[in-house]
Amino acid sequence: MRAPLTVAVTGLNATDNPGPGMAVIRSLRADPGFRGRIVGLAYDALEPGVYARELVDDVFLIPYPSQGLHALRERMEYVHARVPLDVVIPTLDAELPAFVDLAPTLRELGVGTLLPTREQLDLRSKARLNALSPKGIPVPASRVLTDVTQVYTLHETLAYPVVVKGPFYGAKVCFTLDDAVAGFHKMAAEWGLPVIVQQFVAGEELCVVAVGDGEGGLVGAVSMRKTVITDKGKGWAGVAIRDAGLDALADTFMRVTKWRGPCELEVIREARGGYHVLEVNPRFPAWCYLAAGAGMNLPHAVAELAAGRAVAPMREYRVGTMFVRISLDQITDLEGFSRISTAGEIVRGEGAAP
Amino acid sequence: MQRLKDLAISDTGFVFDPFSGATFTANPTALCILDGLKRDLDRDALRAQLCERFEVSGDDLARDIDELVQALRLFGLVPADFEVA
Repeated sequence: MRAPLTVAVTGLNATDNPGPGMAVIRSLRADPGFRGRIVGLAYDALEPGVYARELVDDVFLIPYPSQGLHALRERMEYVHARVPLDVVIPTLDAELPAFVDLAPTLRELGVGTLLPTREQLDLRSKARLNALSPKGIPVPASRVLTDVTQVYTLHETLAYPVVVKGPFYGAKVCFTLDDAVAGFHKMAAEWGLPVIVQQFVAGEELCVVAVGDGEGGLVGAVSMRKTVITDKGKGWAGVAIRDAGLDALADTFMRVTKWRGPCELEVIREARGGYHVLEVNPRFPAWCYLAAGAGMNLPHAVAELAAGRAVAPMREYRVGTMFVRISLDQITDLEGFSRISTAGEIVRGEGAAP
Repeated sequence: MQRLKDLAISDTGFVFDPFSGATFTANPTALCILDGLKRDLDRDALRAQLCERFEVSGDDLARDIDELVQALRLFGLVPADFEVA
């Protein structure tokens, strides 16, 4: 029998545009062998996961990435001193570079992670996604713009319609030059530069959650089609599907990038069968509990691998398993809010350092 | 034809396509034809199967089969040039 793990997870912002943390935590709890402790790492006192006491044992506020690596290191050292951690699973795009840089320090403390390298993180960034094409990953043609004047020459390399994207979030399909100019200004204002313009590809939008072992191997992958989409473009319901082409794509991505950790591939499948990877998100998606529900518990596999334990490759899951998200009001007293607001922590589990 | 053969079909007429995640509902006639197509029955055998289960005339039989095949083509569940032998 394996020793129980204490796992820290970020991304407790389970809003209408949810972070993946609660789905990761629910997956860990869903594993029949999991008897460990869950530590939530939150950026704000009102992140809903802070108050999900049946799922999260302890919660600590951590500094925003903009506060720098030093602040995060100090805070993680404090958290580890209070509640000794075995594993940390970061789940948010913006914090990943800091946690990747912090991984050696965490390892020295005895805290495991399963994260990509900085080079891998950069390779899958929207601005550099084209670099995956020569490696056998089909991606739509794109251009990286830093100035609005470049929009006026888009037609020389791309054909309208195009998709104008922010560097981290946001996407707008543009059918004309005027559309694209407006799209550029919108993305630049909301998310900053550069703005990425991608060739629009018509087809079904599908998602794959996958985990790589860092040596070119695929630990497991589950494909999903969204069946309900919110006005923010987020999947509110979805169904597990199986397509050998998507499986092969996930396998190829892991092989050519030697990706370490979880990721989400956003893929367009054309009616005639071609595939185009629109984005690679370097962390679990918010719908990853579907994978556990379908019989392939990828978050649990990541926790085990991060703790240095072997995990056999997983290939089977129940196609047709669905998720239908729900929005619930949690009731809490002022005490919890007061503690997280003033002390920056709520320690509910036993055995914490005073 | 593999997509057609991979369809998960319940007795109640609920149809799930594991390739696309799409779902459909099929009436008893459509279920009967789908069952036959999955077993590679030709047109005569499909007609015989329909006659056995339903009270239908020759014209209705041909129309039912053709309409369902056309729907399957539209949904991409059979190739665009698929015809019942």
